[in-house]
Amino acid sequence: MEIWRWVFIGILFLAAFVVKIEAFKQGHRQSTERISGSAGDVLEDDPIGRLKVFVYELPSKYNKKILQKDERCLNHMFAAEIYMHRFLLSSPVRTLNPEEADWFYTPVYTTCDLTPNGLPLPFKSPRMMRSAIQLISSNWPYWNRTEGADHFFLVPHDFGACFHYQEEKAIERGILPLLQRATLVQTFGQRNHVCLKEGSITIPPYAPPQKMQTHLIPEKTPRSIFVYFRGLFYDVGNDPEGGYYARGARAAVWENFKDNPLFDISTEHPTTYYEDMQRAVFCLCPLGWAPWSPRLVEAVIFGCIPVIIADDIVLPFADAIPWEEIGVFVDEKDVPNLDTILTSIPPEVILRKQRLLANPSMKQAMLFPQPAQPGDAFHQVLNGLARKLPHDKSVYLKPGEKVLHWTAGLVGDLKPW
Amino acid sequence: MKLSALPQSYLNRRSNSFRSPGPLDSSSDSAVKSPATIFWLILHGLCCLISLVLGFRFSRLVFFFLFSTSSTNFYTAPFRSTAELAKTLDVHSVLSTKPVSNLELPLLNKTATNSRVVVGRHGIRIRPWPHPNPIEVMKAHKIIERVQKEQRLQFGVKDPSTIIVVTPTYVRTFQALHLTGVMHSLMLVPYDVVWILVEAGGISNETASLIAKSGLKTIHVGFNQRMPNSWDERNKLESKMRLRALRIVREKKLDGIVMFADDSNMHSMELFDEIQNVKWFGAVSVGILATLANTDESADQKKDKEENPRMPIQGPACNVSNMLAGWHTFNTLPFAGKSAVYIDDRATVLPRKLEWSGFVFNSRLLWKDGGDKPEWIKDIDMLHGDIESPLGLVKDPSVVEPLGSCGRQVLLWWLRVEARADSKFPPRWIIDPPLDITVPSKRTPWPDAPPELPANDKPVMGIQEPIVKHTTKTRTSRSKRRSKRKHETRTDTQASTRHSEQN
Repeated sequence: MEIWRWVFIGILFLAAFVVKIEAFKQGHRQSTERISGSAGDVLEDDPIGRLKVFVYELPSKYNKKILQKDERCLNHMFAAEIYMHRFLLSSPVRTLNPEEADWFYTPVYTTCDLTPNGLPLPFKSPRMMRSAIQLISSNWPYWNRTEGADHFFLVPHDFGACFHYQEEKAIERGILPLLQRATLVQTFGQRNHVCLKEGSITIPPYAPPQKMQTHLIPEKTPRSIFVYFRGLFYDVGNDPEGGYYARGARAAVWENFKDNPLFDISTEHPTTYYEDMQRAVFCLCPLGWAPWSPRLVEAVIFGCIPVIIADDIVLPFADAIPWEEIGVFVDEKDVPNLDTILTSIPPEVILRKQRLLANPSMKQAMLFPQPAQPGDAFHQVLNGLARKLPHDKSVYLKPGEKVLHWTAGLVGDLKPW
Repeated sequence: MKLSALPQSYLNRRSNSFRSPGPLDSSSDSAVKSPATIFWLILHGLCCLISLVLGFRFSRLVFFFLFSTSSTNFYTAPFRSTAELAKTLDVHSVLSTKPVSNLELPLLNKTATNSRVVVGRHGIRIRPWPHPNPIEVMKAHKIIERVQKEQRLQFGVKDPSTIIVVTPTYVRTFQALHLTGVMHSLMLVPYDVVWILVEAGGISNETASLIAKSGLKTIHVGFNQRMPNSWDERNKLESKMRLRALRIVREKKLDGIVMFADDSNMHSMELFDEIQNVKWFGAVSVGILATLANTDESADQKKDKEENPRMPIQGPACNVSNMLAGWHTFNTLPFAGKSAVYIDDRATVLPRKLEWSGFVFNSRLLWKDGGDKPEWIKDIDMLHGDIESPLGLVKDPSVVEPLGSCGRQVLLWWLRVEARADSKFPPRWIIDPPLDITVPSKRTPWPDAPPELPANDKPVMGIQEPIVKHTTKTRTSRSKRRSKRKHETRTDTQASTRHSEQN
């Protein structure tokens, strides 16, 4: 019996030893780290099978004809609405039977009325949206069933469903009243702002994935730029004195750091923009006229730690991605101390952020590749929609009950489109 | 990368060109003319008139002060706005931005519910001394170093080997120039380096003092033959010296990758990363800078240059499937008969068929005991004569591994530049004793200046004491100076840099 006891103890020791070695191997120099946000480890979730989406068949004047009029809509940063439509048409989550659908999608391209310069004019968008909703409410019973509570819309414009590029006007307009019960999938996100509804899903702006892929440089190229930024500091055309554009934050960056050798900042448009980002440790992502920008997507793809200077901003997929651990958040009032803030981050924290950024699922979640790949932004949107299921009983209205008023909203929006 | 900032740019343009959206937009806002709107309009018109008189935009400043909320920063705002306002004497800008300012005034206070973020004009915050802080800069550099170290660990070479560098050298005018270059390159290499210096003519103090500050692990041996004066002989002696170094590697059983860094070559940092990939015996492409050494014959060679402008390369040549197919060597035909024979000639110095510096190999190939050495390597002690290139060490040249993406990357450059026979450079590059020449000030007429020079010598005395002893001699030695002027123009400029205040 003594011998058996010693054998047992020996086995225990051996087991402990082996476990220790495994643990040691795991912790030893990993180059990426798992991402888990407040919703858990959900970036790699597969939404297929967890929800069903019904796509309304709208006449082509709402989508195809608009795109035909201007093909530039496919390349600008608001192109997510078009690609989402295409993705849903051929996705396994699509169902042709609306009775079994959990969510309803209305493909209306509201951000495709472009100026000669390529910027979208939002003046007809409320009318377009209204007209689309009128169509679906009269041809299908599903809108009236819930007054849109199980419908979702993509509104990637500057201030989402407020449909204006100027913030004060957008706040004045507020979210289109007809969309008050629907889920909005938008790029704009700012806490306590009129244009961000409770329950909206924030998505990254569209950035062309192939273009970024072609500009990749070898990963062992040493990162020698400390802080990198290319863009406007003063919008001379609209705000010559400064102080209005970006709430004065970009101008503050320029005035404080224009002669600092650590800050590679300028208004140039170099052809090596993507390559330079891959050689930088920090990339500034300050707000402009709106708090979001494609710089965040570019920084994540190129492994450059984003320094976000936008008070109260809500970043894409904020419940799935722990942005606090990945990027650096600087209050606008702290911009003059930006160099102190960045140099006082301990190197281990910086290396950890870089490891998180190196995670391929992180990069995938920011992209809209064609054809769609697992884990990309399309799937994250579906994951977000799936997390909102099952619908609360209260979304279903009793017959005859009405919550929204058809004539609510600004007079100009009521004109037919 | 234009932000959505740009939508604003067409607000102004809209009022001119896009008529149709214009009325639509304004119709929702100012269709109803309330008394408040009229009041603001009148007040703003008044302020515009005042601005016309004053010459700067007065209205914005007043309203900013009256209506700014707590989120704006006062101490910078007055500086910014008055500075900008003083600059904008442009009356047109006042009138054209009327539509914008009309909107912003009543809305300056309108905040979103419970938000601390305020829409409207904010001050531009500038700290009291907006310049780089050297402590922060140093900290940032430390961070960058740490990040780069991590990058090397992750993406660079795993388990890097020591690099054993073999350099034959000898004391001559340009030794300091060349050896310092190689030394600095080796100091930057992120791997362990063992530097074996073989010096012709025995160990000398000059060489030793040059390499003393490198901080590298060096093995400095002397070779007891003096360096001959012709290139042929020199190449042969250098081969012997390198073999001597290889014998040291064998004796001391040094473990690593042997490479040959001739002291006048230029090496890129990528070379040291690339040679870590060698398994047994590898070859890299060497760029040949042969024509650089010779400037007089460039006129003749211009025609050749236009036809064949690419730099000649020596190194492995690969076929389509990236296997070693042959060797690129330097074409010596254009230089037949015109190349340098003696080291201090002015003609082009030609490389040999294959330079030693283009080859690297694992030091284990040199070790005595069998081990896992492949059988195609010859033993150094069994060599009958001297070998012209390391290919003489292998029995079958096809085993050589082409490095640098199969020879497509040129990772080092070969150059042979030595001082001309008629050059005069101070030994050890030290001017000793100091020059006894003073350069007269620009203001005095040059060169036959009247004897006021001693007055100018007084500031000179502050700079260098030994010169003081010689100043009294200037008057007598001036005649000598003039005759020596041709040769000493160089030394004159050296003296003038010392007497910088006179220049």
